[in-house]
Amino acid sequence: MSGTESVARLDHATKRYGPTIALNDVSLDVRRGEVLSLLGPNGAGKTTSVKLMLGLNAPTSGSATLFGGDPRRAANRRRVGAMLQVGKVPETLRVREHIDQFRGYYPFPLSVAEVLDLGGLDGIEDRKFGELSGGQKQRVLFALALCGDPELLFLDEPTLGFDVEVRRAFWKQIRAYVSKGRTVLLTTHYLEEADALADRVVVIDKGVIVADGSPSEIKGRVSGRRIRCVTSVNATEILSMTGVTSVAIDSGRTEIMATEAESVVRELLRRDQSLANLEVGSVGLEDAFLSLIEKSEAA
Amino acid sequence: MTAISQLQPLAARAPVQSTSRTIRVYFREAKYELLKLMRLPAFFIPTLGFPMMFYALFGLLLPQRTSGFDISQYLLATYGAFGVIGIALFALGVGVASERGQGWLAVKRASPMPLPAYFFGKYAMTVLFSAVLIVLLCLMGAVFGHVRMPASQWAMLMVVDVLGGIPFCAAGIAVAYLVGPNSAPAIVNAFYLPSAFLSGLFIPAEMLPSFLRAFAQFLPPYHLARLALTVIGVEPASKAWIHIGALAGFAILFTTIAVIAYRRDEGKTYG
Repeated sequence: MSGTESVARLDHATKRYGPTIALNDVSLDVRRGEVLSLLGPNGAGKTTSVKLMLGLNAPTSGSATLFGGDPRRAANRRRVGAMLQVGKVPETLRVREHIDQFRGYYPFPLSVAEVLDLGGLDGIEDRKFGELSGGQKQRVLFALALCGDPELLFLDEPTLGFDVEVRRAFWKQIRAYVSKGRTVLLTTHYLEEADALADRVVVIDKGVIVADGSPSEIKGRVSGRRIRCVTSVNATEILSMTGVTSVAIDSGRTEIMATEAESVVRELLRRDQSLANLEVGSVGLEDAFLSLIEKSEAA
Repeated sequence: MTAISQLQPLAARAPVQSTSRTIRVYFREAKYELLKLMRLPAFFIPTLGFPMMFYALFGLLLPQRTSGFDISQYLLATYGAFGVIGIALFALGVGVASERGQGWLAVKRASPMPLPAYFFGKYAMTVLFSAVLIVLLCLMGAVFGHVRMPASQWAMLMVVDVLGGIPFCAAGIAVAYLVGPNSAPAIVNAFYLPSAFLSGLFIPAEMLPSFLRAFAQFLPPYHLARLALTVIGVEPASKAWIHIGALAGFAILFTTIAVIAYRRDEGKTYG
């Protein structure tokens, strides 16, 4: 479904804000037709990446391009829609008025009725923005991003403030949108969201890409089992065992992630006769994600 | 949320082809700026209401002809200047600072909207609100203060006050790009109210101690007030060019600061 043509690109992009490095020598291609999810914790550099590709921020070094050119060119911006995190939207304008204003910026606008329908805004189009609930406000921002029927859609943490049901309905919309040859770059800190939507997941932490692959590949990096116990075997020793992907010790309890549990447990019991409180469980998506981040921190 | 399946393939789309599309973008920016501000009492009550209230109190209700000139006419000129300056500083300074700081300007900049259209919308509404305020003040002066002037003088007063807002629009944009959304109202008020007082917008400058008046020469509102007073014959016509020159100078200075602040911001963002 996704081709190899790059529609947005970061090329060795570094972004500093004063002494802070938000993005450190990141290279990233968004390929036509894919849903690319940029996954990472808060402050990882997801929003900075989006802002560079949109031409809202200038990279300190390296480059950011849209459709092979300057992201600030109006011709390139006409092909893009962006849902960004906004502190405050003018509250005294009605939903319909906001949509009318944004449709006017684009050469291929969807009709007002289509935008209302896509955003799930039917029935609240005459409300003022300030009168909407948090989820409704997010949907208006989503609708504004769709006004120009963009080839490439940027969604920066789109489901913040959504309840589970609305979030799932929203995912369906995005999938359908891509099936028409559109491309989506989505940032999120929910692995579940990336897993549900993305063809490709790029995990980013502290301004550096730590993993890049399909959702199942990403999960496979830390497939398997979680072992918890109280043991005297130290972390370095555990890490050297076959199959162990990460170790954490928290207030006397050791937590081990491993590709398979049996050999690790056998080895632990052999080395530590006094091992206690042993638990073995499977790793959830969030754990897999956290484990990737921790590995990047340990490195 | 079902219509997404009806979206057309990219190649099948037909552009909304119109040479006037850009013009309509500018028009819509102004239109929605107007609707936004009209529905925002926190904007129009202070910016329109305060000058009218002060003028009614000090220009119409208090004793007349205290210093040899018609105080209703005198304060009509100066409260006009006061109001126009306030509209420019609050609509542009506080308005842009808030939209920039809260991320809304970024959403608009990520769209193909030309950035000048954004400022055009703000500026057009500053002019419109200024014109409305001046008309209201003039009506108050004519009806309740028995201010009488030839039609050309009325017209000239309006033109001077409305155009005199330009340097303050530039000052507003400079403030918006120099400070954040939370400090912008405080910074604007810290400049606005004291300089309005020192420039003789509340109390005729002629009644202020001479050292304060000497200091007022350096304040932009002073020159707008004196220019308005030239129209009604309080300030000698020969000095008009000094005040026009001073206002033009301040306009250039504030625009330069605004451009520098915008460029400095570009290091962090593209503005």
